[in-house]
Parts: sequence; C-alpha cells; structure tokens
Amino acid sequence: MNDNAPLLKIRDLRIEGRSDETWLPIVNGIDLDLHRGEVLGLIGESGAGKSTVGLAAMGFTRDGCRISGGSVVFDGQDLVSASADAKRALLGKRIAYVAQSAAASFNPAHKIIDQHTEAPVTHDVMDKAESQADAMELYAKLRLPNPDEIGFRYPHQVSGGQLQRAMTAMAMSCRPDLIVFDEPTTALDVTTQIEVLAAIRRIVDEFDTAAIYITHDLAVVAQMADRIKVLLKGDEVETADTRTMLAHPTEDYTKSLWAVRSFARPVKPAVAEGSVPLVSVRGITAAYGKVDVLRDVSFDMHTGRTVAVVGESGSGKSTVARCITGLLPPRSGMVEFDGTPLPADYRKRTKDQLRQIQMIYQMADTALNPKTRIGDIIGRPVEFYMGLKGRAKRARVNDLLNQIELDPDQYYHRLPSELSGGQKQRVGIARALAAEPRFIICDEVTSALDQLVAEGILKLLARLQDELGLTYMFITHDLATVKAIADEVVVMKDGKVVEQGGKAEMFRPPHHPYTDLLLSSVPEMDPDWLTDLLAERGADNLGDAAIDKM
Amino acid sequence: MGSVTRIVLQRLGLGLLTLFIVSIVIFTAVNMLPGDFAEAILGQGATPQAVAAIRHDLGLDQPPVSRYLEWLADAVRGDLGTSFAQANFASFVGSDAGAGMASVADTLVPRFRNTMFLAGVTAAIAVPVSLIIGVLAALYRNSVFDKVANMATLTSISSPEFFLAYILILFLAVLNPWLPSLSNIYDGMGFGERLEKTMLPALTLTLVVTAHMMRMTRAAIINLLASPYIEMARLKGLSPMRVIVRHALPNALAPIINVVALNLAYLITGVVVVEVVFVYPGIGQLFVDSVKIRDIPVVQACCLIFASAYILLNLLADILSILSNPRLRHPK
Repeated sequence: MNDNAPLLKIRDLRIEGRSDETWLPIVNGIDLDLHRGEVLGLIGESGAGKSTVGLAAMGFTRDGCRISGGSVVFDGQDLVSASADAKRALLGKRIAYVAQSAAASFNPAHKIIDQHTEAPVTHDVMDKAESQADAMELYAKLRLPNPDEIGFRYPHQVSGGQLQRAMTAMAMSCRPDLIVFDEPTTALDVTTQIEVLAAIRRIVDEFDTAAIYITHDLAVVAQMADRIKVLLKGDEVETADTRTMLAHPTEDYTKSLWAVRSFARPVKPAVAEGSVPLVSVRGITAAYGKVDVLRDVSFDMHTGRTVAVVGESGSGKSTVARCITGLLPPRSGMVEFDGTPLPADYRKRTKDQLRQIQMIYQMADTALNPKTRIGDIIGRPVEFYMGLKGRAKRARVNDLLNQIELDPDQYYHRLPSELSGGQKQRVGIARALAAEPRFIICDEVTSALDQLVAEGILKLLARLQDELGLTYMFITHDLATVKAIADEVVVMKDGKVVEQGGKAEMFRPPHHPYTDLLLSSVPEMDPDWLTDLLAERGADNLGDAAIDKM
Repeated sequence: MGSVTRIVLQRLGLGLLTLFIVSIVIFTAVNMLPGDFAEAILGQGATPQAVAAIRHDLGLDQPPVSRYLEWLADAVRGDLGTSFAQANFASFVGSDAGAGMASVADTLVPRFRNTMFLAGVTAAIAVPVSLIIGVLAALYRNSVFDKVANMATLTSISSPEFFLAYILILFLAVLNPWLPSLSNIYDGMGFGERLEKTMLPALTLTLVVTAHMMRMTRAAIINLLASPYIEMARLKGLSPMRVIVRHALPNALAPIINVVALNLAYLITGVVVVEVVFVYPGIGQLFVDSVKIRDIPVVQACCLIFASAYILLNLLADILSILSNPRLRHPK
C-alpha cells in the first residue's frame, strides 16, 4: 500500500443531532487527514463537536445523531457507506477507542482481563490464552502494579488512573492502526494524569499507532500531539503542527484560548497582625463512619480574602467544607466565625449564622432544581433569609441577576435546562449572594466548565469580592485556578494539611515535597515539558511511586 | 458477605413478625364474618342443640382471644391444629373423639405439593420465555417483533384469567384435543401424566405472568444501553446480541429478579380462579372452600403459607440482587 496515502481521510464530514422533531447541525463539514504513526490533537470547548468527530472517525454516531454528508475513509474503505458488519470487523481490531471515564466504560460485571480479551477473541486475532498472556505484557509495559494479577480484578477494585491505563492496554489488544483517545485524562488528578499520559505516549510510540487525541486541555495536547486541529461549534478554526500552533496561533479564537491561562488578580497586602480571622478552623478531626477523613486540620480565613484549599480527590477538601457548614459535625475541634465558636451541627445554628455561610457547588446542573424557574431559585433564599416578599423580593432578585450579568427580563422565567453551563453556575452564585453572606465556599466551581467560561466565572467572583468584601474558601484541584485568584493556599493530603501560606511563598521553592509534586505535575504549554519531566523524575518514579515515597 | 448474612437474619426475624401479624388479622377477619363453622355446615336444618354441640366439640364456644392464644401456642410448637371439616366428619361417623381426625397439616400438604408443582411448571415455562422475549425485544427495539411482543403480552395480562383459560381450552382441548381440559391430578400419578394434566393451567398462568417479566427485562436492558460501557462494547466491534447478553443483561439483573420473584409469589398465592376453571386440586381452592365454611385452622394455615411465600421469595430476590452486584460480591 502507498505509504503517502493517509490512513484516515475525512472529507466534508457533516453530522446532525435530533432536537425534538428537527435535525440540527453539530458538525459542519470537517476535513481531516491522519497518517500512520501520527498523533492528531483535537481541541475545543464543550459543544465544539470534538467527541462527535472522534467517534465518526470510527464510523460511529451516538443515538440521536446521524452523519448527513461527507466521507470517512479508513485505509481505502468509506465507513459512512459501509455496512454494520463491515464496520464491526474493523472496530476493536483496527480502530480502537479509549473513553473519558474508564470507571464508567469498563463493565462493572466482568473482570478487566475478560473485557480485554473480548476483542482479540471475537476478531480471531488471538485465542483467549494468548490474549491473556499478551494483556499481562501490556500491563507490564504500562507499568501497572502486579501486571500478572491486576487483570483478574473487577473494575471497581482498581484505582482510576490504573483503570485508564488498563483501558489503553485494552485498546492495544489487537494492535490497531488507529486509536481514538476521548479526553482520557480529564477525570484524573494531575499526579495521576502524568502516569497515564506517559503510558499512552510510550505505547503509541512503541507500536507506531496513529491516534486522534481529543481534549480541552491545551497543555496536555501540547505534550501528546504532532499536529493540532482547533474546533469551534462544529467548524474547524485552524490546523497546524504543534510547535507552530503554540508559537504562532493565527486565528483570534485560538489566541483567546491560549490567553486564558494569563488571568491573575493583583496581590493583596498581607493580613494585619493580630486581626481576628473571619473563619477559623481549629484542630478538626472528622470521620465518615469509622474512617477518619480529616486529622487535626487547622487554618484561618481573613475577611475579604480568598483561601484556596488544594489537594487530590480523597484528600478531604470537601469534607472541610462540610464541617464548616455544619453538615458533618466533626469528631473533635471546632469552627469559629468572627471570633465566636459555631455549633457543630447546622441544626443547632441560628438562622443568622446559617445565612453568613453559603456554598456554591461544582455541578450547577445538579445543584439547581430542574423544575424551578431561575427567579424562584434565587427568590427562595431572598424570602427565607431576608424576609422579602412580593415586589421587594422581585426587585432584589432582579438586582442579583444584574450582579451576575444576566438580564432579569430574559432570564427570570427560564428553567435551568434553558441555560448554558456557565450561566447555571452564575445562578448558583446569585443564590449564594441572595443570603447576603460574608463567607462563601466555592467547591470546584469551575472544574466542570470550559476554560473561557471558567475564566468568566473567576472574574465575576473576583469583582463581587471587591464590591461586597466577601471571603472565599476556594476548593480546587486545579493549580492554574489557584494561581489566578488565591491570596492564601492550604495544601491537603490524606486528610491533613501539609503546607499553608501566602500564594507567593507557595509558588516559590522550597516546597513541601507533596506540594512540589503537585506543582510540577501541572502540564505546561511547552511541548517538551512531559519529556523533560519524565527524564527528571526517572521513568519509574511516577505518580503512585512518587507519592508512596513520602 | 457478612452483610448478606445480617440481612438474611434481619429479614427472617421481620418475616416471623409479619406471620404473627397476618395470623391475627386473618383470625379476626374470619371471626367477623357472619356465621361460624357449625352454622355453615349444618345449613338450613340446623337445630340449636346440634349447633351448640358442634360448637362445644370444636371449642367455638370459647371467647375468641383464648381460642387464638390456644391456636398460637400450638402453632409455635409446629401443630397447626385440626381441620374443622375433617373433625366434624369423624365425630358424625361415631368414632371416638380425636381418632381418625386429619390434622391441618395432613389436609394441606398434598394440596400444597400440587400448588408448588403447578407453580414450578409455570415458572419453568414462563421465566425463560419472558427473559428471552425481553432480551429479543430489547435487541430489536421498536421493530415489528418488539411491537407484536409488547401488544401480545399486554393483551394477555389485560384479559381476565378465566377468559384466557377458556380460550386455551377451546383451542387446545376442544378444537384440537391435544391436552386434557380437566386437571384432576391425584397421588400416585406418574410424572408424565401429571405434567400433561397440568399443562393447560400452566400455560394459562404463563400468559398471565409473562407480560410483567418480559417488559421489565426489556426496560431494564434498554435503560442501560446509553451507558459508556455499552458504547465501549459496541466500539470493540461486538455483535449486538453479545453486547446485550454479555454486557447489558448482567447489570440489569436486579430489577428483573425482583419482578420474577413477585410473579412467582403470585403463582403460589393468586391462582385460585385458574384452579377452579381446571378443577386443579391446589391450595387456592382449599382456601376458598375453607373460608366458605369458616374452617379457621385451615384458613390460618393457608394464609401463613401465602405470607411465607411472599416473604421468602422477596428475601431470595433481595439476596440475588445483592449477589448480582459485583461491588458487593467482590469487595475492594
């Protein structure tokens, strides 16, 4: 076969999605070429059509979508017109898929290795015993612990990062020519992300597999891709090889994506000596059942400042928030508000104490009642805490909507489902503001949002803080967000505070080794970053291993 | 696994409590019905003396509370008492009081065995048929097959049981004399003959219970088809059948098991109409007859069996649902 012909050639691909009775365009004519052994990065915000294009590259569309035009030619065969049987013969064997959440994409009912061997056995590539032996080899190559044994566990018995590597191994089971990676590290912590990125890169290099790497994280794509294609609302913005794209983006939209990471607030003057902190967490130990999740956690938060609480999932960040709000009474220790101790249980707090502390949640989708109109969602705390009714309440809700930059006339009567993700999060903010609190806990409020939208939310929160003198506790695992808005930083690991201090000191060495690991694990835009980092840490000393050493 | 043992013990304890409450409710209810066994059995020609004699013989002249306590004390020891109908028969032929009297257990056991046989035959047909139709309906969802299966099962569940029974008799016994329309089985009958005689009521009941189980199977599977792991299975190039049977079905078992258990319990407790139509000597008929003549010990025993069937089958369903979840079967 001709080596110069692309392995995958997509021409004028058009995809539509059904909305009620009509078909709306999702992808409007995308061209794409992918050569053997090449990795193409596909980036864009949610709704850009990245995943839809990635799946269409496999001749697959999700329910409610259809390919309405164009061609997807894989190795000379058009997948758009191919029969279902012909496509099935390719899928899993020559084209494989790695999904965003390995935890959701492994079948909970079967052992990992049984799912691994399914494709090779179905496609007559290997028999079951050969495929099992091969799986163990792949697990070893991907540096999974106990490669001979780990496959015989069920998915829930294995950690997220390990599952993601096992899924990469599964995609490799038939040695495909093309793998579609659909946001494979988005659901992982930064330290785990590195292991998976390194594993993917190693195995793609070793078998010279072509890949489409879909992500919204520019720094990640910079490490993985040879070429980058930027999508916006189903259209291509630009394509260029990685280094050119990073150094000289030509389109305004690409430049704006690149610029998001530069948002930062001016540094505030240090807290005056001896001033009373607004919220003071004192020696809290808390447990779910018999398992201690917090051990002797103490830190202060001063009026008008933002304290970022960072750490990986499971480090106890959100549990601290539950203790402060009184949802989870701590086993020992206490929370002081403005110098007075708060009752541990929220049921024992006064209405005014409850009013002073409000929360904004990560998933605005689930934190807003889908059957309630925006005006009522915000109006409820206005009525409950401030006692306003009728016209006064309506006026206050309109004020709040103006504060979060949503036009009251347009949005008052809408349902949450009629809003975008960023708008929903703004409503969440307005609901918290309605109580006129002094202290707001922001629990990963931007992590479900695209970077441009997230930046808008951070700017809004910063403006509100300046105008209203609010104090924020900002729970996040994203260190870029911390850099952007925090005044003080608290680093947590395994339910303990490992380091705390002003932002400037935190980002300046020397660090606590765990802080160092977190900081150095945040991908940077430099395409050589991962290579350099791996060389520096030593290939075997990644993530798990590095953490275990502490 | 410790949690399963704890659940079993807890539920068995609650089950005993349920049985106790059921026995009180039934005893009270039967006592509230007009008339008692003596009046019912003697009918029009009852003389006050005869009624009083029978009442005295059976202890019906005692206050209800002491009668209940006496029954309870015996029941706890495993003695369900003596059927009034049998006792009466014995005293009329003039034999010694107590001699030759059939205990409730003796009356009940053969009937119960027959009921279990009918339920077993029906389950052996209905459960696999419903699961297979359900899986196929999910596989070919929105196809002609799916629509026909749904319509047919809905029609059969919406029609009265006796009507279905007569239709089956018409087609399978009258127009085509393949199966006997009377299911008068008795002890000592060979398995083959027994099976043949049971076939028509079993088929009728199959028509009644299939819809529920088949529709739950279909719905539980379709519910899972949007999950990422189903998409993954499709993207591995597996056949649609394998995707459904191997990847969807094992995760859809819990709701299916629960519906199957409910229907099996119905097969034990709710089939009296079908028994009457086919003259099948099951427990349902015995129960209705006993209520008619206010034969309290038999009624009590039947109700305890019905309640136990519900309790045990639901417990079994819960245990199987738990065991169908790999997270609980294989803890971290």
